[in-house]
Amino acid sequence: MMASAARALIARDARLLWRRRGDALQPALFALLVVVLFALALGGEARALERVAAPVLWLASLLAGLLALDTLFRGDAEDGSLEQWMLAPVPLSWLVLVRTFMHWATTALPLLIATPVLGELLHLPRAQLPVLVGSLALGTPLLSLLGAVVAALTVGMRRSGILVALLALPLYVPVLVFGAGSVAVAAQGLDATAPLLLLGAGLVLALVLAPLAAAAAIRIALT
Amino acid sequence: MHPLVRWFHQLGSPPYFDRFAARWTPVAYIAGILVMAYGVWAALFQVPADYQQGDSFRILYIHVPAAWMSLFVFGLMAFYSAIALVWRIKLCEILAMACAPIGAAFTLITLATGSIWGKPMWGTWWDWDPRLTTELILLFLYLGVIGLYNAIEDRRSAARAAGLLAIVGVALLPVIRYSVVWWNSLHQGQTISLFGKSHMDASMLPPLFAMIVATKLWFIGSLLARARADNLRREAGKDWVLRLARGTEASR
Repeated sequence: MMASAARALIARDARLLWRRRGDALQPALFALLVVVLFALALGGEARALERVAAPVLWLASLLAGLLALDTLFRGDAEDGSLEQWMLAPVPLSWLVLVRTFMHWATTALPLLIATPVLGELLHLPRAQLPVLVGSLALGTPLLSLLGAVVAALTVGMRRSGILVALLALPLYVPVLVFGAGSVAVAAQGLDATAPLLLLGAGLVLALVLAPLAAAAAIRIALT
Repeated sequence: MHPLVRWFHQLGSPPYFDRFAARWTPVAYIAGILVMAYGVWAALFQVPADYQQGDSFRILYIHVPAAWMSLFVFGLMAFYSAIALVWRIKLCEILAMACAPIGAAFTLITLATGSIWGKPMWGTWWDWDPRLTTELILLFLYLGVIGLYNAIEDRRSAARAAGLLAIVGVALLPVIRYSVVWWNSLHQGQTISLFGKSHMDASMLPPLFAMIVATKLWFIGSLLARARADNLRREAGKDWVLRLARGTEASR
């Protein structure tokens, strides 16, 4: 039952995404814009870019995710699908988890794949690339899960605007600190395992708790 | 029914709470001001100057109680929110949301006094140190709770949504508390402990305890006043509020 519900939801989301292919590229395009603007603002000098490359890429992914957050449940809230989710015989938190996974796969995953290219634009030292991709692979799902709670809290509002950013920021800060911190540690030639393990631990914890919190928030918003 | 349990149930009724808050708000405020006056006087004139920091250490008598309150109020807000979410007690929603602005103010005081002290002592207004950063995040969380509460139209679901955010944010409290233990921090470690020996001279402690009690009393007064206002706003249009507004209710 749960697997078939997940399959149906994934198929529907994938079809919707395919019909509006342009939207799927938005986060990656936004990240590219951030990277270009940063590079130009810093004068395009390789020496200056090298040092900030990893934090800028982390920040670009975080902001791109923040931008896409509003679409996580908005469409379903407006066309009434979210009410059907609540009536469905499978747990609401499971559907939230599947949707969050799809959202991550369509917004953060393209960015993750583009990271080596964006890194090259910023003269990212090759040695830092595996740690950066690893920290993003662990960190962006965590950001999506925390973002799902925020998106669920604001789903009842017609326009959430700056509030989403204000709510997400305090939850995002630890992820950013450990994510960017792991690359900074690697850049100093030290072992980056500890911050990556902390990110992984956070991901495991959020994987269990965030869908439950988001489901509770959706119930509050819709009843 | 046990009188204490009955009193607890009665307090949940809006008119009863209104009378209760109206009676106890001035008491808590006056007691708070008196204890605070003693605390400030003792902190400024009775306590000897520190052998290293001179007189500038005296700001801790505001900084430390405010910092403790910033954490305590958040915990209390989450506690009220949990009760409100589980048992749907309207008064707990009101109390939880009344906590948020007070806690935000205490957090702001903590950050401001800390940075005023930091300029002469550390030579900088701000440092991206774990304790300072987590306290700043706490301020953002408070602002998020206030913002969410004000953004949703229906007061009850607004309070529940903001309360859920407060419960999620509780995860931050232990991080702030132990940030000076877990990381290398510019902020000093724990010097005061309620149980066991403090790393502070005994002559410096009494005003600190006075200030801690005073901030609690002030908080109670402020909480009751804010909750009473919100309670009246929500109940506006009910008979007892109308009578209260016209002043026809018998004097208390």
